[in-house]
Formats: sequence, C-alpha cells, structure tokens
Amino acid sequence: MPAVQETVEQVRSIDVDQYKYGFFTDIESEKAPKGLDEDTVRFISAKKNEPEWLLEWRLDAFRRWQTMQEPKWARVDYPAIPYQELYYYSAPKQKAGPKSIDEIDPEILATYEKLGIPLRERDALLGIESTGGSRVAVDAVFDSVSVATTFKEELAKAGVIFMPISEAVREHPELVKKYLGSVVPVTDNFFATLNSAVFSDGSFVYVPKGVRCPMELSTYFRINERNTGQFERTLIIADEGSYVSYLEGCTAPMRDENQLHAAVVELVALADAEIKYSTVQNWYPGDSQGKGGIFNFVTKRGDCRGDRSKISWTQVETGSAITWKYPSCILRGDNSQGEFYSIAISNGRQQVDSGTKMIHLGKNTSSRIISKGIAAGRSDNTYRGLVSAHRKATGARNFTNCDSLLIGDQCGAHTVPYIESKNSSAHFEHEATTSKISEDQLFYCRQRGLDPEEATALIVNGFVKDVLQQLPMEFAVEAQKLISVSLEGSVG
Amino acid sequence: MAMLDIDNLHAKIEGEDGREILKGLSLKVNPGEVHAIMGPNGSGKSTLSYILAGKEDYEVTEGSVTLDGENLLEMEIDERAAKGVFLAFQYPIEVPGVATMTFLRSALNAQRKKRGEEEISTPDFLRLVKAKAAGLGISQDMLKRGVNVGFSGGEKKRAEILQMAILEPKIAILDETDSGLDIDALKIVSEGVNALRSPDRGMIVITHYQRLLNHIVPDFVHVMNNGRIVRSGGKELALELEANGYAEYQQDAA
Repeated sequence: MPAVQETVEQVRSIDVDQYKYGFFTDIESEKAPKGLDEDTVRFISAKKNEPEWLLEWRLDAFRRWQTMQEPKWARVDYPAIPYQELYYYSAPKQKAGPKSIDEIDPEILATYEKLGIPLRERDALLGIESTGGSRVAVDAVFDSVSVATTFKEELAKAGVIFMPISEAVREHPELVKKYLGSVVPVTDNFFATLNSAVFSDGSFVYVPKGVRCPMELSTYFRINERNTGQFERTLIIADEGSYVSYLEGCTAPMRDENQLHAAVVELVALADAEIKYSTVQNWYPGDSQGKGGIFNFVTKRGDCRGDRSKISWTQVETGSAITWKYPSCILRGDNSQGEFYSIAISNGRQQVDSGTKMIHLGKNTSSRIISKGIAAGRSDNTYRGLVSAHRKATGARNFTNCDSLLIGDQCGAHTVPYIESKNSSAHFEHEATTSKISEDQLFYCRQRGLDPEEATALIVNGFVKDVLQQLPMEFAVEAQKLISVSLEGSVG
Repeated sequence: MAMLDIDNLHAKIEGEDGREILKGLSLKVNPGEVHAIMGPNGSGKSTLSYILAGKEDYEVTEGSVTLDGENLLEMEIDERAAKGVFLAFQYPIEVPGVATMTFLRSALNAQRKKRGEEEISTPDFLRLVKAKAAGLGISQDMLKRGVNVGFSGGEKKRAEILQMAILEPKIAILDETDSGLDIDALKIVSEGVNALRSPDRGMIVITHYQRLLNHIVPDFVHVMNNGRIVRSGGKELALELEANGYAEYQQDAA
C-alpha cells in the first residue's frame, strides 16, 4: 500500500515534537486594539466597510455575549481564556483588496506555497495536470482577512458565487441578510455569539437553482499573528436542486501560548439540493507536554430546509489542543438526509470533545453517523452526539456507529450518545465499540515484516477506512498521511 | 552449520516469577528438510514457535538460536521476518478494514525494503497473488475482505499458506495448522504446503496429531515434552505415537 509507505517515511523524516506547518510568516500586520468592547466591534465593522444593519447585528450579539457564560459541559479541561488579552482583528498590511494575485504580498504567497496551497490559478492548473486530479477553487483566509480567492470568474460563469463573506456583504447583501444567522442564531451559544460580534472573514458560497458546482470549493484558514483569535464565518447556500462539495483546511504556527479559534459555519440546502462539507483540521495541537496549541470552539450546522435535501459532513480532526465541535444537521424538509462521518485523532495531551446532532423534524428523514475516535499518548477523546425526533417526524431513521481505538494505556476514549424520540415510528440504531490495538495484532503484522510504525499505520488506516472513503479522493490521500503523522511517537 | 540451529534453548515467561517453559531444547534444520514436532498439550510447542518469531512475552535465559550463522535472538520481530522466518499462526489474527491484498503487499514490500530490494510493481504483484491464490482455492472476493475478518477456520489457514507462498520464507514454522480443519480443508492446506517444499526452504511443522503428517510427510519427527525434545526419529515415529500416545514420555518427565 503505497500511501502507508509514504506516510511512514514522512513520519520518520520529522522529529517527535515537530508540527510541519508550525512556521510563522514575518509580516507587518494591522490589528485592532487589544481586548474586546463595543469599539472593537465597530472597528472591525468599519474595516470591512459594512452596512449599518450588520454593525447593529454585531453589536446586538456583543451585548448578548456579555451576559452569557462559557459552556462547561464538555469533557475538556483548559485554563481560563483571557478574552481581554486577545486581538480580535489582524490583517496583513497591504493595499485594500488586492485586485490581482500580483498585488498580494509575496510573503503571503510564499506562505501558502509552503503549505501546498496554490493561489495562482496557473499553478493550480499545473498541479492538476501533473496529478490528474480535479480542479479546486481556493479561498485563502490569513488571520482575519481573505487574501485571495481563485477561479472566481470561471465559477461566476456557472452562476456560482464564491467569495470572502466580507465582499459578499457588499456585493450580495440581500443573500447575506436573508441567510446569515438563520441556521446558527446569534444567541445560539457562547462561542457562536462571540463569533457573531467579531467575525472577520470566511467564505460565502451560493449555488443557484439546478447548478452542479463545476469544481470543488475550498477555504484554507491560516492563523499567523500572535495572541490573535480567528473568528471566521462561513455561509453556504445551495439553492433548489443544486450540488456543491466544499473543503476546508486549517493550520497555525507553533506557539507556546494558546490561541482561540471560534468559527461559525452555516449551511442551507433548499429542496433537492446537496451539500458535502469536508474538513481536514490540522491546527497546531501543542507540544507533547501540552504547551501551546489552538483552542478550537466551533459551531457548525446545516439546515436541510427543503424537501429531499441532503447535507453531509465529513471531518478529519487531528489538530488543536482543545476541540469542541459538533457539526449538526437540522432535517427540516421531508425526506431530507443528514450524514456525519468523522475521524478524530488525539495524541500527546490533546483533548477532543466532538460529535454531531441530528435533529429530525420532517417526515421520513434519515441520518447516518459514523464516528471513529483514535486516542494515543495521554490524550482524551470523547464522542458526544444527539439524535432527536420531533413528534411530527414520522418515519425518522438514524443509524449511528461510534468506534474508538486506543493506542497505549494512558489515553481515554468516551462515548456520550443522547437519543430523544417523541415519535413512536422513529427508528434509531446505535452501535459502539471500543478496542485497543492489541499486542497480538502488532505481533502478527510485524511477523509479516512490518515495523511497529508501519503496522500501526496499517491497523489505524483499516479502522478509519469507511470514513476516508467519504472524502474527495485527493484529500483522502492527504488525510491518510496526516493520520499517521499525528500518531507519530504513539507506538512504543 | 545448519541453516537454523537451536542449541540448548531455555526460556521462561517474562516477569520475575515467570515459569520456565523451554528447558534445553536443541534442533537443527537444514534447507529442504521438513521437521515435525509432536507432543502433548503444554509441552512447549507453541512457545517454541513464538520465541523463534520473536514474541515479546518470553525471555530466553540460556542457549542460542542462529539463522545462517546470525544470532536470531537479537533481531527485532520484523527483522526476523525479512531474514526469512515465517510463522503460520494457529489462530490467525484479524485486522479489520485492511484488505488481505493490501496486507500482503505491504508485508512483501516492507520485507523487500529491509533487504534492500526494489518494491514489487503493481502488475507483478497482482500476477503473483492471482497465481498463488488459485492453487489454494482463494477467491478474489476473499482477497478484498479484511485480513481474516469473517473467514472460516479453513479460510484462515489457507490465507496463512497464501501469505507464506507470497513471502517465500527460508524457514517456515507451521503452528497446529491442522487444528479446526475438516478433511477437505486439510487436503487443500497440505497441498499448499507441499507445493512450497523446496531445496532452499526448511520447515517446522508443529502438530498434535499424526493425521497431518499423512499429507505433509516429514523427513524427521521429534517428540517434545516438558520443554525439550525427548525423542527423534523418521516419519515412522509419528505412526508409533499415534498408536501408543504420549503417555510414556509424560511418565519420563514426571
């Protein structure tokens, strides 16, 4: 299996505490004053030339946020977040809104190049020819702003709008106004409300009626600046009968202090539309002693608003010191479908509390949850999920399968499934297993010639196979590599 | 010097109060020879196979094992495999989600790499597997399934022999390969093993019953009891054991 071999070589080539994307780009940036008050919110809004309604929306969120408490129910333990010590806006200094790729600071271009994300369409095309893969349009978000979006024109020909949300606010205010906060309300939860007040940038996608988006869309998030939170906001709308596949990737420099990332992602699928949303999350996880790393508190929710609509979440979570994330589906339309496929890997001192919510409201709605948690080192990995059927959700069906794999004996895996059914015709199935990579499995693989790292990579890849199959091909290969890199040093 | 030379091997279960299981076992295996080791339950047969393969639950306290003159006991498990030690497991282990095909290829390439050889090309590998699998009655479907997952007892044993055929070891140790097999499966497995007999390869066939040795006819038969070999002879010794049982050897030990 070549991917396994490659992975293993990659693992060997780096040191135990090495995070490949941990470099910092030295670039002058413009920040909001430290801390958070109404002026910070006004500063961000002014920076983005926002209309009055959006500023009011933000201020309303900020006022609410001040009355809210940080949620404490997750199985994660972390020091208090010093909200007044953070910067809520940081943007690389440059001429406002680069018109073309040539106006982008070469340092930033170099950063993305180093991360393997081609921002020049020409390069992207070259990359494609050599790999034979399909084309991917990229929106690159650097700290608080989008620095480039590729293939915009070509997408526009198909009627697809793909742009930074800050631009969409100005160019398509009617769409933004209609859908922003319609899936994750301003008041939803502490972190979503904070995001509503200070969100900086993120992607906006609108796929018109009946259009199958001609290429994969992706956003690449990079946190660069010190002591800066990233609060991106993504809004994807698939109009009737349309289809879009979207992928996000994330990395950050290695730093001793923790950094906050509190994003909100809203998906809206109208009748007969389908959205496939994939994430490869590789934020800096902190070092092996638990120093540094990203605090990832994210609210992701999709609304299957129309009949026969479908939303599918696939996530590969390997990074972050703390992960608090539950991509969910509201199955509002009759016969709508929700899916959640997840691989969550924790190593070192990482703490993951992740899962999904499937809220069945419409008739004959169905959902499927496949979650694979892998814990190594001294990490903790919790699956937390809710499947609920409203009393009108006749014929609701869910299948849940949660498997946990433990590597070593100092880590923990936990499964917390909630099931609420108010309709007697609902049919929910739940399966869960916890296993350990056994000495016998390792011995067997090694007796056939695999070294301990190769053996572990092979066993883990087998364990996560059903989820990897859900990822777009190019990313499945990436994800497979990432899995082995994250488990590095776990055998031993 | 013999290809595999086990000399006065003493071993105990790891840990302070570990029981001694091998108590001075000696055996020489040359290329082309098939040695059968028979003996009652608990005589140390399986332990011997695990120690040769390098399982970490045992501690060698005395004696030596060399393969082509090299100290086998100092090598890692996977290093021994690359040097040509193959163990067909009595209870093959499941590896869910990893297709048998993928497993075979990863193993073969890992061994080749360790020996400084080129990885096998995809077409060559597919040809190789197809040819070997057909002889063992292993279907393409079985090759796509997870390693040993949902395999019947007979399928597991056939899969072990397929792995052996692909990996082409120097010394193959078959641990109770006949256990759990009906007569038809036993025939297929035995034919598979016989096809792998070669002037370059030594085999150690561990079994409880003589019936396997009707199919895989050994050059030498050894009786093992209480951690050592208590009697050696030709293939006729197996028949004698079948008739008289192990009782006389067990009395000796008591």
